[in-house]
Amino acid sequence: MSIALSAVDISRALTRISHEILERNSGSESIVLMGIPTRGAFLSQRLSIMIESIEKSPVSVGTLDITLHRDDLRLHPIRALVPTLVPKGGIEGKNVILVDDVLFSGRTIRAALDALGEMGRPKSVQLAVLVDRGHRQLPIRADYVGKNLPTSRGEIVKVRLGEIDGADEVLLEPEGNQ
Amino acid sequence: MTKYLVERATLTDGSQSNILISEGVIKWVGHSVLPVEVQDAIRVDVNGAIALPGLVDLHTHLREPGREDSETVLSGSRSAAKGGFTAVSAMANTFPVADTAGVVEQVYRLGQLAGFVDVFPIGAVTQGLAGKALAELGAMADSEARVRVFSDDGNCVFDPMVMRRALEYVKKFGGVIAQHAQDPVLTVDSQMNEGIISSRLGLKGWPSVAEEAIIARDVLLADHVGSRLHICHVTTAGGVEIIRWAKSRGIQVSAEVTPHHLLLTDDYARNFDPVFKVNPPLRTQEDVMALREGLADGTIDIVATDHAPHPSESKECEWQAAAFGMIGLETALSIVQLTMVESGLISWSHVADRMSLAPAKIGRYSDHGQPILPGSTANLTFVDSGGSWKVDRDLMLSRSRNTPFHGMELPGQVVATFYRGEPTVLNGALVRGTRVS
Amino acid sequence: MRHLLSASDLTYSEALKILDTAAQMARVSEGPVKKLPTLRGRTIVNLFFEDSTRTRISFEAAAKRLSADVINFSAKGSSVSKGESLKDTAQTLQAMGADAIIIRHDSSGAPQRLADSGWTSSVVINAGDGTHEHPTQALLDAFTIRKHLKVGVGDLSGLTIAIVGDILHSRVARSNVTLLSLLGAQVILVAPPTLLPLGVESWPAQISFELDSVLPYVDAVMMLRVQQERMNDFFFPTAREYSHYFGLNADRLALLKPSAIIMHPGPMNRGLEITAACADSARSVIVEQVANGVSVRMAVLYLLVAGAPDENGESLA
Ligand SMILES: [Zn+2]
Repeated sequence: MSIALSAVDISRALTRISHEILERNSGSESIVLMGIPTRGAFLSQRLSIMIESIEKSPVSVGTLDITLHRDDLRLHPIRALVPTLVPKGGIEGKNVILVDDVLFSGRTIRAALDALGEMGRPKSVQLAVLVDRGHRQLPIRADYVGKNLPTSRGEIVKVRLGEIDGADEVLLEPEGNQ
Repeated sequence: MTKYLVERATLTDGSQSNILISEGVIKWVGHSVLPVEVQDAIRVDVNGAIALPGLVDLHTHLREPGREDSETVLSGSRSAAKGGFTAVSAMANTFPVADTAGVVEQVYRLGQLAGFVDVFPIGAVTQGLAGKALAELGAMADSEARVRVFSDDGNCVFDPMVMRRALEYVKKFGGVIAQHAQDPVLTVDSQMNEGIISSRLGLKGWPSVAEEAIIARDVLLADHVGSRLHICHVTTAGGVEIIRWAKSRGIQVSAEVTPHHLLLTDDYARNFDPVFKVNPPLRTQEDVMALREGLADGTIDIVATDHAPHPSESKECEWQAAAFGMIGLETALSIVQLTMVESGLISWSHVADRMSLAPAKIGRYSDHGQPILPGSTANLTFVDSGGSWKVDRDLMLSRSRNTPFHGMELPGQVVATFYRGEPTVLNGALVRGTRVS
Repeated sequence: MRHLLSASDLTYSEALKILDTAAQMARVSEGPVKKLPTLRGRTIVNLFFEDSTRTRISFEAAAKRLSADVINFSAKGSSVSKGESLKDTAQTLQAMGADAIIIRHDSSGAPQRLADSGWTSSVVINAGDGTHEHPTQALLDAFTIRKHLKVGVGDLSGLTIAIVGDILHSRVARSNVTLLSLLGAQVILVAPPTLLPLGVESWPAQISFELDSVLPYVDAVMMLRVQQERMNDFFFPTAREYSHYFGLNADRLALLKPSAIIMHPGPMNRGLEITAACADSARSVIVEQVANGVSVRMAVLYLLVAGAPDENGESLA
């Protein structure tokens, strides 16, 4: 097990992503941050706070539960649904930024795009992730990446966040551990 | 004719004896000195098993003629012998109904031909069991089958005038009317005991009063005309109470209880498995305890199986669509041991009375229910009361599998049965090709 | 829990989980696109041995919103004998690869027979069996009550709910008594004594023979369908006398608390157990019950059919 990102690294990465989002979308007015539960939702909260402190104006933020859109449901016991929270004003015509902790196969993001499609028609959809570990199985790429982390397929990337895990860090665990 | 010496049998008084059987009768019962005659006898060591007079069932559905897919006289006889019986009483609800001398003689002969037990036909009370017109009771009584017990079982003789006349008429030849006590109007479409469980399950209830009202009416009728009445399969505490009262008044009433009603309650309906669907229905624990008490104090005279075979398709379905009934010949003695002997309510000599002496007396089966003494007909059952066995519906000798006791571990194994001096069961297994002249 | 056969199969937390999931499903139903891919490739059979267009349509809509393939199998009036047809039909559906069987049957316990018998390995969902249970109806009733009287969250504690009418023959009443009391509500059964089952005192509910004295205290009143034919079996003298004592009418509406709601599982006998004015009044949530039925059934299908069973063979735990 090794530490891929420390708390400081995470904070720095999120700050950078905040600036990149603002730069690309010419400010915060048109954007809606949609975090994918569980950890993506916390990350989107953090990003919204950072962006608000830079811009001095509120940012729309919500959560997007993608469970009902997963294509691997039948492989696992069923999980409880998390509420999808769409911010006031909706996503129609907005630049929606999906926020997740790790980008791996891309299947979660595909499900998220499907889920979004049900809520309206955004102007654009962008993707922010804390870690991109490679091994995509779908033609999906992230617009904002905290860190590109080369991994082997069997390795485990573990994102821990203070809100639920007690500390901020990203760990890389070898295959078969746990 | 072969001689048998049954060694190391335990009599119901607890003493151990050897029993010599020859020419269909018990020749000698003793322990110390062996007479010379035993030298050419086949020795059967029952290793301490309890000796009972051959069991007599007063309520058996053998299904022949008409429903040979579920049971025949032969298969039912084999099942009975395995369960320790030497006589059974074939109920009249066959196709055609046993309401003529011709049908009862046919069933009687089939029983003699099978040769495992005496099959005594029960005649129908009314033509076609329809409850309207009396069947030819006298002709059945005078037939080769010598019918003394009459019943429309499955149906209640509901019309009070028909019941009165039947009770009166059988006095001519010492007969008895065996009533299936069920008020049909109070039990239209009824599925199970009416109570807390039926209410929750949404199954139409079968009130106790539907049984008790008929018992009450009929003991009064029997009293009025001075005739013999037998109440089939009593299931309720109230029914026991009424019979106790009637007996205290000197009314000639006898009553039976089935093994399943001594053990099972309506709680078993909870999973909707129709193997527990039976007529009359399984009642409550309170009723079960009252029935045990009634059997112990003699209010209920006998245990009768109400062995009711059904093909699997009649039970592999929804509860409402399923047939009523359970098989019971091969489990009866074990259930009585479990519920009555092991609970300390009765002794083995009571078992002999309730399952052999008393039913033989009610049915006037003179060769059965005799004491185990020299001169008695050699109808004998030996049960290893210390043994136990697991009920497996696939191993039943009955042609049907509808036992509610499947999978249960029961005490008491029949190790040997002698029918008219010949073994039908030895070492717990049926003796093949048994024929008795 | 692997099957939904009876309201008593549910624990408190499972019941709440279904209601919470239904709330999420309701949101989907309110959105512009009403279809989710959740059960794509799954086969769900509506096996109806008894006519019930409204229940069948509700389950069908729920399954289709989750993208399941739906097969409607009406076994009513089939030429095979009743008993054979359940087993034979179950084996046929098994061979067709049904993931779930939604069964409606006029025999109490038929869904449990299907689940226990080994004739099929499908998930079995009871859509109403005889006079036994109708668990999804109770769930949708609880969902509707919670939405109106508990702002759509938590359980039903503190609420008093009257169920009025033919309790004896009502599967809806049986499931509701179990579920509503499980969720903390106080249930009062109101009926003439002839239409209450023997042993009803053992149910987790209070009993009353008098509707007028109960109405001022209830938060919801659920009127049950009463069949006119019942009077032929001496359950009550005449339809008029029944309505007089147990029907919901304008006078009785006035006895209710301002916040109380009126429910009916349908189909209604307008004029017998409920007047048209009551059924159509602002307090009536009868039409909404239908919409909530779809959300609740989506939740049940999702929780029981979408995932793989856990190591104990349970789908909803
Ligand atoms: Zn009977």
